[in-house]
Amino acid sequence: MSSGLPSNPSRRGALQCLACGGAGTLFVLVGGVLAPLDLALAATGRSPSAGAGVPLFLQISDTHIGFNKEANPDVAGTLKQTIDFVNAMPMKPALIIHTGDITHLSKSEEFDRAAQLMSGLNITELHTTPGEHDVTDGPGTEYFSRFGKASDNRGYYSFDHQGVHFIALVNVMHFKPNGLGGLGDDQLTWLESDLRGRSSSTPIVVFAHMPMWTIYQPWGWGTGDADQAFSYLKRFGSVTVLNGHIHQIVSKVEGNITFHTARSTAYPQPTAGNGAGPMPLKVPSDQLPKMLGVTSVEIVRHPLALSLTDTTLG
Amino acid sequence: MSKINRGRAAGASLAVGALVALDLLIAVSIADSAPAQAQAPSTVVIKNFMFSPMTVVVKAGTTVTWKNLDGEPHTVVNDAGLFRSSALDENDTYKFKFEKPGIYKVFCGIHPNMKETITVQ
Repeated sequence: MSSGLPSNPSRRGALQCLACGGAGTLFVLVGGVLAPLDLALAATGRSPSAGAGVPLFLQISDTHIGFNKEANPDVAGTLKQTIDFVNAMPMKPALIIHTGDITHLSKSEEFDRAAQLMSGLNITELHTTPGEHDVTDGPGTEYFSRFGKASDNRGYYSFDHQGVHFIALVNVMHFKPNGLGGLGDDQLTWLESDLRGRSSSTPIVVFAHMPMWTIYQPWGWGTGDADQAFSYLKRFGSVTVLNGHIHQIVSKVEGNITFHTARSTAYPQPTAGNGAGPMPLKVPSDQLPKMLGVTSVEIVRHPLALSLTDTTLG
Repeated sequence: MSKINRGRAAGASLAVGALVALDLLIAVSIADSAPAQAQAPSTVVIKNFMFSPMTVVVKAGTTVTWKNLDGEPHTVVNDAGLFRSSALDENDTYKFKFEKPGIYKVFCGIHPNMKETITVQ
């Protein structure tokens, strides 16, 4: 948890932190630019300017309930550790967002186990978007029978919370021939109309499973038609895009849009292109907790900013 | 076959249309050059995020078996919707009996850049 990061927020510093893994780094988003703060400062509750932010939501991802191979034989245990960590937070937000791959094989009993574990969270509202592992049985089945209600079984939907507009997108149902994720025309049309008429000063949080920018095409780490979505989003002053899928933190800032992927609570994956494919990465057991974690997001009002904190289990 | 497969893998970034053409060429060349091989492969191994072999030629009525050897699950999905396996965990298998001649394109629903073609004669 300790951090030897520079206490003067700077863009260069942020990039350095990302390069070294960023465990325990607090990212403050001001005007679309991420800057790191020493976590010790964050722990005091002081934020860069106008006082403590308000917890907005937590992101967990890639719980892969049902996985039992050597990379982590006890994914239920590490999810439980994550939940214990969240429940011990002094100021908890009202929302938790799961960015997909809740289960490993889309099995009914895996969803049941995941629901049972996540019911231990002391957080009132759970939002989800499916990962490709959750929908291997096709549209309208296990995932949708459990989580489809909010979206009339489409999977994508939006809601407002504390003045922030949240948009859940599904990019694992319309893969592109080159393996990238896809949103599809229906969803893009829906997104355009969902955003129409909204004030550009509304902070936007977009969450989807696969990265919304191309991190590594040969492994399908991207969304083929994301550009169309961003043509609707770019007029907004603060857009935060949160994804999972790659089981590691990769971050990028482009204009007013901040992209950020979360760690898994189950197992790490190799960095882009490192190995035969994006398969579970076996690391020494004492290293595993350092590669699993959760992202928390706070909102600061004056000036308006969202801050992202990534915390590992070890 | 392994040489053909490697060549096919190297061409993975080609347009889909070109891949189909290449698949047809390979299928034809196998049929021409090895008519004596009556025991066409009816088992497909999935390993290192690849179907192997990537091109299979079988006679109508053959049951093809896929076996996943990766620690990561894969699925076997026909792009025309004829069949779709559940997620195959490591060492899981899936079988499908091809009754009608034709060219069947298959991909992994979790990693759709993994593709193969089954030609049924």
